[in-house]
Amino acid sequence: MGIVQTSELPPPGREAELLKDHDKLWSRVSGELDDKGFLLTQFDKLVSWARSGSMWPMTFGLACCAVEMMHAYVSRYDLDRFGVVPRPSPRQADVIIVAGTLTNKMAPAFRRVYDQMAEPRYVISMGSCANGGGYYHYSYSVVRGCDRVVPVDIYVPGCPPTAEALVYGVLQLQKKIRRTGTLVR
Amino acid sequence: MVDVTLRDLGEYVQAALPDAVLEMTMDNDELCLIVERERIARILKFLRDDVNCQFKQLMDVCGADYPEREERFEVVYNLLSLTHNRRIRVKLAASPETPVPTVTEVFSSANWWERETWDMYGIFFRDHPDLRRILSDYGFQGHPLRKDFPLTGYVEVRYDDEVKRVVYEPVKLPQDFRTFDFLSPWEGIQEQLPGDEKAKEQP
Repeated sequence: MGIVQTSELPPPGREAELLKDHDKLWSRVSGELDDKGFLLTQFDKLVSWARSGSMWPMTFGLACCAVEMMHAYVSRYDLDRFGVVPRPSPRQADVIIVAGTLTNKMAPAFRRVYDQMAEPRYVISMGSCANGGGYYHYSYSVVRGCDRVVPVDIYVPGCPPTAEALVYGVLQLQKKIRRTGTLVR
Repeated sequence: MVDVTLRDLGEYVQAALPDAVLEMTMDNDELCLIVERERIARILKFLRDDVNCQFKQLMDVCGADYPEREERFEVVYNLLSLTHNRRIRVKLAASPETPVPTVTEVFSSANWWERETWDMYGIFFRDHPDLRRILSDYGFQGHPLRKDFPLTGYVEVRYDDEVKRVVYEPVKLPQDFRTFDFLSPWEGIQEQLPGDEKAKEQP
């Protein structure tokens, strides 16, 4: 179903070279392990590697974006394989995905949920409405962007963004955590 | 065929309640009764219980705002009869000063719809068991679906890091709302579009 299998190898060139580098790195790592039985690394890098490998998002579906978020969680895109497992409680969550229109009435409740999350916590703003009000920018009852209520790490554009776009956003957040990750945020 | 019987039904209701039904209209094969405000509960009860009507389902209660009228609001009741597979619309006029009798005694489903109508238009329903706002924010001021309510409202929210809570502030927009839709889907282009002033001039 839409998947074409080819037996061709990647063309010799940059990609093959990168693969060779990658193989070299891993053979060095496994060589070190075979030789000494342990690895040396920096602690903060280890911590941010572990953090980015298991980001548990708080389910915060507010509108139609929530449907795309569900698609990203289930079998086709399967965010589970990135260690992204939806949690129903803010106490267990590391990241909150704001999926949909944030209304004035919802804003205090949303902020309370965010405050209940343990540090380090991250926010993904998903869709036009959460990014800047979107279609409802001039409405009397909608918050013009959820960054007025919480600090946002990743903005995913689209109305609604596809499940693929959300997966890309999650991967960007992983990158961000690995790049800027520190012990105290 | 359906048309004729629907018209007959309207005339039947009109004959049965001559003092309550002010006017009967048929638009697009839809029957609409414009009725006397004070007698709305009696009319709906008749429409529900009469053997020829059997409108046992109240599908919707909503409002409409016509600022140019003396009694600016209309309250619209949409009913469905599953027995006869028919729909009917009942309308009445109201103003902010004139309360409308509640119909929760006749249709319990009217409870939340009347709350919604109160919330959106500020039409007061007399003897309603629990007339509170239902949709808009806690402590919201005004009635947003009135024509004189500004699109962007009066307040916006923001989290204040100093007081550690979400605060309300007067609306500040960097750019006002602009509409670029000059084309009515029903009437087509009526007047000249901006920028087209010189289109017919010879260069």
